[in-house]
Amino acid sequence: MSIFSPHVMLGYLLSFGFLHAALMTVWISLASLFAGMLIGLLLAAGQEVPSRIIRGAIMGYLWLFRGTPVLLQLVFAFNVLPVFGIVLPAYACAVLALGLNEGAYMTEIMRSGIRAVGPGQRLAARALGLEDRQIMLWVVLPQALRIVIPPIGNQFNGMLKLSALVSVIGVQELLLTADQTASMNFRYLETLTVAGIYYLAMTTILMVIQVFIERACQRRRGRMPTASPFKLLSPANLGTVR
Amino acid sequence: MTVLLEGIAVWKTYGNDDVLKGVDLKVHQGECLVVIGPSGSGKSTLLKCLNLLEPISSGSIRFEGEEIAHLRRGEAAAVRRRIGMVFQNFELFQHLSAEDNIALAPIHVQKEQPAPARQLARDLLRKVHLPDKAEMFPDELSGGQQQRVAIARALAMQPALMLYDEPTSALDPETVGEVLDVMQELADDGMTSIVVTHEMSFAQRAADRVIFLDGGKIAHSGSTEEFFSGDVPERVARFLGRIRA
Repeated sequence: MSIFSPHVMLGYLLSFGFLHAALMTVWISLASLFAGMLIGLLLAAGQEVPSRIIRGAIMGYLWLFRGTPVLLQLVFAFNVLPVFGIVLPAYACAVLALGLNEGAYMTEIMRSGIRAVGPGQRLAARALGLEDRQIMLWVVLPQALRIVIPPIGNQFNGMLKLSALVSVIGVQELLLTADQTASMNFRYLETLTVAGIYYLAMTTILMVIQVFIERACQRRRGRMPTASPFKLLSPANLGTVR
Repeated sequence: MTVLLEGIAVWKTYGNDDVLKGVDLKVHQGECLVVIGPSGSGKSTLLKCLNLLEPISSGSIRFEGEEIAHLRRGEAAAVRRRIGMVFQNFELFQHLSAEDNIALAPIHVQKEQPAPARQLARDLLRKVHLPDKAEMFPDELSGGQQQRVAIARALAMQPALMLYDEPTSALDPETVGEVLDVMQELADDGMTSIVVTHEMSFAQRAADRVIFLDGGKIAHSGSTEEFFSGDVPERVARFLGRIRA
């Protein structure tokens, strides 16, 4: 057996099993990211309300989910929830745990976006007779969402890679598929390389999409894009792993 | 002349700081009142108190004959719709075009249909001499243009009273005139207004009365003619001399 067989690798790259696994990775990541964004948006807006009880509950959630490993949360959802009679399929546990974890980080991102909209903007809106809810909806959030596009892109990038963790609860995504395939014939180099190629393809597509969204936002404000797509693909924008 | 807005013994305290110490003022329908005074004298705070952006500590504010100083949130918002306000830093909504800035409150507060609200926005842009800037975003407009859009935005709610908080202080000198011209045209059309400004030429041209605020109190108040005749207390004369120099 040669150390590396391009033929075998190409076979895996084009196989249905790996394609399916990649789609599962995308699906889990997208679902978790959107769940996280929704939670983040609601909780960030919730932190602006005067009620101490609501703000305290949000603080508790952030404390819990940012203070424990996401792997623990994942295994907890999978193994402990059934004890209380909540039996969910593995992929649902994955989205639940990753979504709740992501929500905690998104809350901080959304909050920083909301805070970045200056107090003068709210004052002007209040002076026009808008009420708090209307100010949040029509003045603060539209501006905040533009500010948080780059960090959300980073989160999505991180999420694509973080989703590899759900292999531990048996969700048939890229890493588990590569691992299982290799355990049959010990072709780890080929299978893991294929998984790596899929991850790189997905993160690259994502970065290109992000550049287009950012440029579209700038165009809507009548300005020409200032940075080239290649500049935005610099290491500084390649995301972080938790 | 009917009194549109009246402040009686308006007192405002931040922590241990008395910013307003019993201010009495009256604005009649159609009148233009100019408020002058050194920085820190409480001019901006006074305006914010008058349209309920800041709660007052004691005293009374009457608008259109009704006591408004201690309203609940929703009722206070309803009063603010009747009082337009223009800020030193314009505070146009950065994510919206000039037209959408103006149409926002009519659409979301008055629940007007977007089409007539946009038509109103275009009419108002013509009124502030910016008929071709409807599609422009705030960061594409000069300071003077932004401030005129901000005036149009306030007018879109058809206010009974306009408050201007140093509307030209953040502007380049060459754009000050275009903003003051619009304010004067509105005043000449009978818009009741209270203007905090250092522009004495504007006060001289447009004001009916001038009040001089110092240390949170009205140190002097009188008709515009009297104010600029030189027959004013020493303290006022010194201030006027300083800002004209």
